[in-house]
Amino acid sequence: MSSSATFRIWRGDAKGGEFRDYQAEISEGMVVLDAVHQIQARQANDLAVRWNCKAGKCGSCSAEINGFPRLMCMTRLTDLPLSEVVTIQPLHTFPLLKDLVTDVSWNFRVKKTVKRFTPRPADAADGSWRMAQADVERIQEFRKCIECFLCQDVCHVLRNHRLMDQFAGPRNFVNVANLEMHPLDTQNRLPDLKDRHGIGYCNITKCCTRVCPEEIKITDNAIIPLKERVVDEHYDPVTMVLGKIFSGFRGKATTAAKR
Amino acid sequence: MAQAVAITQQDRFGQTSRRDAWWASPAAVVIGLVAFVIYTTWAALQGANYRYDGYLSPFYSPELWGSPQAWFGATRPWWYPSWLVFTPALFILWIPAGFRLTCYYNRGAYYKAFWADPPACAVGEPRQSYWGENYFPLLLQNIHRYFMYLAVLLVLALLTDVWHAFWFTDASGHEHFGIGVGTLVIALDVFLVGGYTFGCHSLRHLCGGRLNQPSLCPLQSKLYSCSSMLNRRHMAWFWCSLAWVGFSDLYVRLCAMGVISDWRIVF
Repeated sequence: MSSSATFRIWRGDAKGGEFRDYQAEISEGMVVLDAVHQIQARQANDLAVRWNCKAGKCGSCSAEINGFPRLMCMTRLTDLPLSEVVTIQPLHTFPLLKDLVTDVSWNFRVKKTVKRFTPRPADAADGSWRMAQADVERIQEFRKCIECFLCQDVCHVLRNHRLMDQFAGPRNFVNVANLEMHPLDTQNRLPDLKDRHGIGYCNITKCCTRVCPEEIKITDNAIIPLKERVVDEHYDPVTMVLGKIFSGFRGKATTAAKR
Repeated sequence: MAQAVAITQQDRFGQTSRRDAWWASPAAVVIGLVAFVIYTTWAALQGANYRYDGYLSPFYSPELWGSPQAWFGATRPWWYPSWLVFTPALFILWIPAGFRLTCYYNRGAYYKAFWADPPACAVGEPRQSYWGENYFPLLLQNIHRYFMYLAVLLVLALLTDVWHAFWFTDASGHEHFGIGVGTLVIALDVFLVGGYTFGCHSLRHLCGGRLNQPSLCPLQSKLYSCSSMLNRRHMAWFWCSLAWVGFSDLYVRLCAMGVISDWRIVF
């Protein structure tokens, strides 16, 4: 590994800015966030960067490194071609506040529009429920989400087409899948998914899955199953009829699973 | 000391800060799909050399009309358009074509490769307007599950082809059990097409994914687990089955044309 490397970091705010080159000393085991901290300490005290855990669990240090959305704390310098300049820039999709910090509050505003978890009546007299482990295993994958919003950043519906008012984005679909597939939940979020949250805009390019630091299979396990549920209820005449005749067809059980 | 560098644009077609060969994957998809479509169209329009002894090309399976071994005989059906070239493949190929065209994996791949929407992740696009699959015509992609039902039936038909591929006719007209290279080629074709079909996202949903309490339905739960296992490598199944179905046709065709001879052990 070379003893120093050049980092080209975006400096500026919503009014404008520029890339600036900084040299940083490199030592074994460093990640991109270490280099940014070193630059901040020695050369650019006013460099704005959001970070917290340095362990890939808080989702704060999202940025675009060499043009690809990543967590700075989880990107090892040994995985980058340090003979070339390393480019670090803020998330492209969200409004820039300063330097590497963007305003991601839109994601939380959309999250508030999702119908809340609504469990069926309690299974036991003490107010508790009974769930089979097999029934909750599927949604446990979705709970790994750290809300880094890299998936929202890379999704071209938001990034390139700016359809924020019609499309909720992959992170919010993971949240909906977590609620909609819950064995206790009784809500129907499919009409909202189709209209308000615009799941039909997703064209399954799997970029969200590719950038997820928690390796959640967002497209295969959350978005496509939700799309299929929307098809069941709004596009497929056979399942629409079956859903009317058999109350259990939609999969929303109203009784406790066998233990 | 900090040094200022000009700002780069990222919103125009193809513009990106990515350093890797982002164009390689969509280019490979274009080459793979175009090559397959050209070969399949040519092979389907031949209407000949699709049978050799017990072997039947998967492009022509099941053979409904076209030869004495066909389900409904060699006679051309009365309703078949006179202006259209008669080939048994046209009765069948629309099913796998529709199934693959509306396949969730393939949709994402060809939207990127052929329509540049986007060309690759975090790369600029050529158009500002975007409808996605929210409106006609791409809304029709939701028909995928109906093609899936038909594709499952085709897999069953391909299974019968494997059985027929074990039987060889001698000069006196008697059938003998045996195994040839073609038998293995056709058997592997069914294995790969089956792996692709049974890992389909729609099948996975309908056989158990739609349930929130699969433990109440053990059979559907098991089916969902099996389909999910195949679904994890859906892309690999897609490409392997696509390549092998083309190779299977080529093998049968070359045998039928006498270009190559089929090695076999007959009992």
